[in-house]
Amino acid sequence: MKSRTLSVLAALAATFVASTAIAETNLTVYTAIEAVDLDRYKATFEKAYPDIKINWVRDSTGVMTAKLLAEKDNPQADVVWGLAATSLLLLKSEGMLEPYAPAGVDKLDKRFVDSANPPSWTGMDAYVAAICFNTVEAKKLGIAAPKSWKDLTKPEFKGHVVMPNPNSSGTGFLDVSAWLQMFGEKDAWAFMDGLHQNISAYTHSGSKPCKMAGAGETVVGVSFEFPGAKAKSAGAPIDIIFPEEGSGWEAEATAIVAGTANIEAAKKLVDFAVSKEANEMYNEGYAVLAYPGIAKPVEHLPADVADHMIKNDFEWAANNRKAVLAEWAKRYDAKSEPKS
Amino acid sequence: MSAAALVLPTGRAPRLQLSSDDVVKRGLMLVIALYLVLALAAPLYVLLSKSMSTYRFDLNAFEITRSDESGTAFGPARTVAALNADAKAIPDDQLDTGSDGRLSLTKLYEDFSFRSPVKYRIRGTTDDAAFLVGSDLKRGTDWVEVDSNTFRRVVLRPARTVGFDNFVAYFSTPSLAQAIWNSVLMGAISTILVIAIAFGLAYAMNRSRMRLKGLFRLIMTAPILVPSLLPGIALVYLFGNQGLLKSWMMGHSIYGPIGIVIGSVFFTLPHALLIISTSLSVADARHYEAAAALRATKWRTFWTVTVPGARYGVISAAFVVFTMVITDFGLPKVIGGQYNMLAVDIYKQVIGQQNFEMGAVVSVLLIIPAIAAFFVDRTIQKKQVALLSARSVPYEPKPNPGFDWGCFAYCALIAAFILTMIGVCQLAAMVKFWPYDLTPSLKNFRFDLMDGGGWASYHNSIKMALLTAVFGTIIVFTGAYMVEKSDGFRAGRSLFQFLAMLPMAVPGMVLGLAYIFFFNNPANPMHVIYGSMAILVICTITHFYTVSHLTALTALKQMDREFEPVAASLKQPFHKLFFRVTLPVCLPAILDISIYLFVNAMTTVSAVVFLYSTQTQLASVAVLNMDDAGDVAPAAAMGMMIFYTNIAARLIHAAVSRFLLSRTQVWRGR
Repeated sequence: MKSRTLSVLAALAATFVASTAIAETNLTVYTAIEAVDLDRYKATFEKAYPDIKINWVRDSTGVMTAKLLAEKDNPQADVVWGLAATSLLLLKSEGMLEPYAPAGVDKLDKRFVDSANPPSWTGMDAYVAAICFNTVEAKKLGIAAPKSWKDLTKPEFKGHVVMPNPNSSGTGFLDVSAWLQMFGEKDAWAFMDGLHQNISAYTHSGSKPCKMAGAGETVVGVSFEFPGAKAKSAGAPIDIIFPEEGSGWEAEATAIVAGTANIEAAKKLVDFAVSKEANEMYNEGYAVLAYPGIAKPVEHLPADVADHMIKNDFEWAANNRKAVLAEWAKRYDAKSEPKS
Repeated sequence: MSAAALVLPTGRAPRLQLSSDDVVKRGLMLVIALYLVLALAAPLYVLLSKSMSTYRFDLNAFEITRSDESGTAFGPARTVAALNADAKAIPDDQLDTGSDGRLSLTKLYEDFSFRSPVKYRIRGTTDDAAFLVGSDLKRGTDWVEVDSNTFRRVVLRPARTVGFDNFVAYFSTPSLAQAIWNSVLMGAISTILVIAIAFGLAYAMNRSRMRLKGLFRLIMTAPILVPSLLPGIALVYLFGNQGLLKSWMMGHSIYGPIGIVIGSVFFTLPHALLIISTSLSVADARHYEAAAALRATKWRTFWTVTVPGARYGVISAAFVVFTMVITDFGLPKVIGGQYNMLAVDIYKQVIGQQNFEMGAVVSVLLIIPAIAAFFVDRTIQKKQVALLSARSVPYEPKPNPGFDWGCFAYCALIAAFILTMIGVCQLAAMVKFWPYDLTPSLKNFRFDLMDGGGWASYHNSIKMALLTAVFGTIIVFTGAYMVEKSDGFRAGRSLFQFLAMLPMAVPGMVLGLAYIFFFNNPANPMHVIYGSMAILVICTITHFYTVSHLTALTALKQMDREFEPVAASLKQPFHKLFFRVTLPVCLPAILDISIYLFVNAMTTVSAVVFLYSTQTQLASVAVLNMDDAGDVAPAAAMGMMIFYTNIAARLIHAAVSRFLLSRTQVWRGR
């Protein structure tokens, strides 16, 4: 009798212990991933780690970066999962990131991991600069598809090219920094001078040029591959062109915010973010993954997207950002005013 | 008896007794004044101080020493300032920078080579001095040793100082200073056009006997019900490169000044019409009789009687329109193309570049013309004299078929313009893929698949608008009552009146940015409301405070000031008077204030765009963000949802008004 009571007590105790063990940790996760992906990423992670719940805080890359910087002295986020690596470098240089080497980080492509040891950020996937080219409108105007960046400076493209303004769009800066790294300072500015003659508008966001090309508002949208594939599946008559000189790219990345109260749960999330399983999850929209060798081709995108990526120096880009943007604004912002 | 004994002792000086009512009234006024100080004056002050906060590299705050070729024997430590004095590598004007400034050091050494075995040590001379090795932040006075290759990657971070440098920097950037000129130009052109169009409309409405006046009045107010981004989107669909009426542009681009002007005309027209219509609706028939008796021509009568009578309305409308155009940012953001305007500049500086200081600078610049316009308008308003005296005879237009049909045609043309703009958005929202697949579809209403917050943002907007309407009406009406119906305390009341008028002169973007600086500061105890629904509601109430306040004042002024003394002499507490008499009498005005706040809370973008959080995304901001991401058709769809919600709110408002007024306003009839 007595032993039975004891065993009941023991069972109760066990239940109690077990329930405290799976007491949920809530993680506030800042992100800039696509709105459609939020639920899928959350569900996949929470299936793997049932005791951690993600509370997403999502906005566009620029807004999210501004928000994180504004909260510098009083961070609200535990983890950043899915923000541009350049933005995370900016946060790192403010001392806002907690360095951590997640389990399995050595399996990742080195280009996708912070060079410091332990790394402050780890990559997930990449978005790669591309040209969205409206074939219907091009045919009406008799314009041949561009093969290279330099083709876009040809006179027939005059007034038919839209690109993001690097001063307000991460994608725009990615293009400019890639041209500077590929062509060298002097040639790159000469190229941009020529391109500027053909530009009809600089947009605020990076995906808008591609969507404008999709809707026929422009013939050429300088953008990246992801909105291109999306517009194409929505029925837009566009070709996604990777210029032959190579394309700038940006990694989406993960980092722990220094000072988080939930460091253990945060580490688990980062462990998951670099795992093979997570990378397969990213593959649904992104053709280039941080985890080498597992990427399957994405609909409407060529299989060799990764081969077009240039050798990108994130640190150079982050530390020269201000000077490059000032030069860009000096050259093109003032001139781009209509002569009225 | 001595004379001294005859002197009466001096009594207490007479003092005004404050009744308990007065104490309560002053207490309430103080509470609402405090609200205005915290929600308006304090944030603006913080904004101003932020615009003065600058960043500069302090070369005295860093020391460097370098070794010889062996990499072990280090020379004496010298400050970077001393090194630069010798090398003259960094000119003084390059030391002013922004919060994200970085300064590379290699140019301090003429013989620098990244292959050299020379090593460098660097440290700060103060604890705050910060520099980066690559992207690793180093701070303080410990030496950091790096080899020559790594020294390339060492950059200094600036320190915060105070001064006018931001303003100097702004004005010396040609593209930014150009924005000021552009804003003023667009404001001026739009104002002239809108005033001309609105005057014609108001004239037709008040001085003709044309048909369908009620319908036209309804259509002309429709633009108030949509966010200012919507006309921009409509223009893209009408005159963009794939626009329905592209040929009308004759090769010109709608993106830029043309689009800004047409869109501005659309969204400011109802405001101008309302003001001018009011000033034209009162006219003394005797003036016209006198003109006719003097055999003045119609043309001459128009210029000597009609226009002078309406001139204060016209001037007032002109300032309202001018301020709206230069402070609106939704429209130029969508349709402005490369045409830089001040309000868009704030957004670009803050959201695009995280340059909060420069955003504050532009805000301060934007506030100047708005405040100037406001004061000029106030001065002119004071000169306005009553046109109607007790002896006036209201002017009744006589039928004149030619003139009436002309007016009708003119109104129909403007109404067609407004309906086309709204209609094209509806059309674009309902097709599958503009312009290549025009099959009808509801795909664009699946907001959850887009940026901007999905359907949740729509629900948030309704919640926010309801809260704003309820609390805003209570706060505004109470404040107005205390100002109008309490005695004494003159200085306090005029200060309150000033605070209540101030929001009119503060552009929404400026208010929003000021709120970031004020509330997003851990040292501020009110920090907790940052990112919540409360801050959106407070910001919106404050943004639209002035017009609501004036509406309430007008209604309260209709009531004789004798009510209070009568109630007091009957020993009735003021709250009884307030709820039994004042409130029922002012009910029409109160309902008007609440619908005004609701509609504006649904459509406002400029203030809340800096303040929403992921949990509190709003429909109007979703329109902006979806358009920004290139999802123009869904943006149009969301804009139409706001439009329909506001129509529904208006209908409910009309029904409720009719019901309540039939119950409480019987006394108005005889």
